[in-house]
Amino acid sequence: MPYFDHAATTSMVPEVQKLFVEHLTQAANPSSIHNSGRKARAIVEVAREQIGRALKTHPSHIYFTAGGTEADNLAVKGLYWSRQKDKARPRILVSAIEHHAVLDPAHWLEKTSGAIVELIPVNQKGVIDLDELTKLIAKNETDVALIAVMWANNEVGSVQPIEEIVKLANAHQIPLHVDAVQAIGSLEIDLSRINLDSLAISGHKIGAPHATGLLVLRNGFKVDPVLHGGNQEPEVRSGTINTAGAAALGLAVELAVAKQAQHAARLQALRDKLIKEISSLVPDCVVNGDLENRLPGNTHFSFFGASGDSILMLLDQQGIEVSTGSACSAGVAQPSHVLMAMGVDLFHAISSVRITLGTSTTETEVNQLITKLPQAVATARLAGLNVGKKEAVKE
Amino acid sequence: MKVLAALSGGVDSAVAAARMVDQGHDVTAVHLALARNHAGQTGSRGCCTPLDAKDAKRVADVLGIPFYIWDFSERFQEDVIDDFIAEYAAGHTPNPCVRCNEKIKFAAVLEKGIALGFDKIATGHHAQIKLIDGKPQLFRSVDHEKDQSYVLSVLTSEQLASSLFPLGDITKAEVRTEAQARGLLVADKPESYDICFIPDNDTAGWLNKQIIASAGQIIDAESGATITTHQGAHQFTVGQRRGLNLDKSAPDRQARYVVGVDTKTATVLVGPERLLSIKTVSAYQPKWTSGKMAVVGSDVTIQMRAHGAQLPAKITRADDVIEVLLNESTRGVAPGQTLAIYDQDRVIGSGTITATGR
Ligand SMILES: Cc1ncc(COP(=O)(O)O)c(C=O)c1O
Repeated sequence: MPYFDHAATTSMVPEVQKLFVEHLTQAANPSSIHNSGRKARAIVEVAREQIGRALKTHPSHIYFTAGGTEADNLAVKGLYWSRQKDKARPRILVSAIEHHAVLDPAHWLEKTSGAIVELIPVNQKGVIDLDELTKLIAKNETDVALIAVMWANNEVGSVQPIEEIVKLANAHQIPLHVDAVQAIGSLEIDLSRINLDSLAISGHKIGAPHATGLLVLRNGFKVDPVLHGGNQEPEVRSGTINTAGAAALGLAVELAVAKQAQHAARLQALRDKLIKEISSLVPDCVVNGDLENRLPGNTHFSFFGASGDSILMLLDQQGIEVSTGSACSAGVAQPSHVLMAMGVDLFHAISSVRITLGTSTTETEVNQLITKLPQAVATARLAGLNVGKKEAVKE
Repeated sequence: MKVLAALSGGVDSAVAAARMVDQGHDVTAVHLALARNHAGQTGSRGCCTPLDAKDAKRVADVLGIPFYIWDFSERFQEDVIDDFIAEYAAGHTPNPCVRCNEKIKFAAVLEKGIALGFDKIATGHHAQIKLIDGKPQLFRSVDHEKDQSYVLSVLTSEQLASSLFPLGDITKAEVRTEAQARGLLVADKPESYDICFIPDNDTAGWLNKQIIASAGQIIDAESGATITTHQGAHQFTVGQRRGLNLDKSAPDRQARYVVGVDTKTATVLVGPERLLSIKTVSAYQPKWTSGKMAVVGSDVTIQMRAHGAQLPAKITRADDVIEVLLNESTRGVAPGQTLAIYDQDRVIGSGTITATGR
């Protein structure tokens, strides 16, 4: 079944699945002292070293979490709290297009802990404005607790100028958290070259199980824990370590990094074909995001006059799966904060469809989509936008 | 038949959808996201919260049908919420559920569904559609206590022809039993009676925040004397007795009621119960659900409130204006309410009340 929602999640890599299942069958707690406990601990540490090698950072910088959301929460809340120890630093500078896993903890700190959240604006292509970030820092560099900018956006696929942002943050000794959930496996991540302080990765976007993930934490910055208990990841996180999950994540990260260039090139070719064909077959559509600095597997269209949810349903009925935004915002009515931050209007936002490619995507599937999508858009246009008279007049 | 089942997250729409599946239709579920601002709206309210969306989705899973969320919050804001505020600001008493059926569920949603290839929309309303001489006619539910034909009396016969109300022939109690038997977890979900977009059921407080009120006078309808002042005419409804805070009691020591509201001059008229009593009702924007205009001179029953009394009356005018003469006088009817006209249990049509007379 043609599945074009790889940014939401992707299937497990067969080798990873095999390894995961193998480890699931063993009764062993990596914190136990006996033989099987030590073996389990070894599995976890091997995975940590494997990830360290893949990302080119020291294994001691890596902390296992139960997914990307936890890693982002740990970074944002943990850095914020630990940065209040010697002096009050209320400001959190966060890009306006962050995933909710970063934005919401920041806003929660604002509500509960006296933080001041300042959004770093993005341009029309969804790329952050470095001058604005510079200005925000310059307002008072000593009261910034942390900066958070994602490596690449999950909705429109825009890739952020991470090297420049790292340089800026480093120069002011402000910890920088980077959500690399969408970047890993699609873009080159070499932490020996890029001196960032904090980095979040989620397993299920690269073929590891759901609810596996990690936080990289470096350069002497510390986080206060979010979860307290048995102190299994010393001073950072409590909770019995998911041994099988860590092993699976270790292999998945190694494979994703090893195959990154080849994977990206393949997806990019398919994506470019998709964009080219759809743009010529469907009148009145635009590609949102940055055409150059873009995740290789991301396509994000707005089909004017059609609502994204109509297109999604019409394709779904034919077994073709796409998304209208990020899966997380699919529960309630809310135009995408990412598109809003890019300055698009409401029509533009509600007529958008996200199509994301991944490992299992074939050219046949892409061709199927190219044949079906134009008709779906035409039908959806007949059904119109779910908006009132006022907007209809404006059209 | 390709059926679009509107799932609110409540028990009625769940059983309605289940019955459509049982009848062998190709059923797709949609949940309407209507409220944009969920701040202060926690838990489930039987409609329009993230929890209700989750319940609705679970129902679709159990029934094995596809489920989508359609965001109609823009339309809802404009056609229902803004209308509700404007009506109150004009001193009227609107029914937002009627408006939602008229403008959203059986208009915007139905039209979208038809354009996307569906044949009909099915909802969990308690009402029946029967074919009479080949034409669909709207009837009260067999459960008169839960009957919702009143809030559906704004449907045109075309809209009715594209609608299905699978619950019309069973009672609410039977709906719950059936939900239980089908293993639907919403079986014992409490009912929502309040207005879905008003977070804490405080309609007056909510309206005060939406309407810029100008203070005005409360005047004795009979003597014309000013009794006191008020902070905004929209806070008063014809028939209201409580909350008037009149310091001077009436000369005859009788209780006084709001008998008229004029928001243009910010005047509220009060008087004895006697002045509330009315015998004629005029309404505009008629909708002929039955497909035929009411016949002038015919005897009908009218209803002017959801679950309100059914009153015998005679049609005295039926064109772009409806006028009825009640057999016996009634009281407390406010402009903005929907006048529904019935021939026994069958809905003939409706209009929005503009005036009443004694
Ligand atoms: C950019 C980004 N950050 C964080 C997350 C959350 O990760 P997880 O699903 O592992 O909690 C996602 C996944 O939707 C994402 O795309």
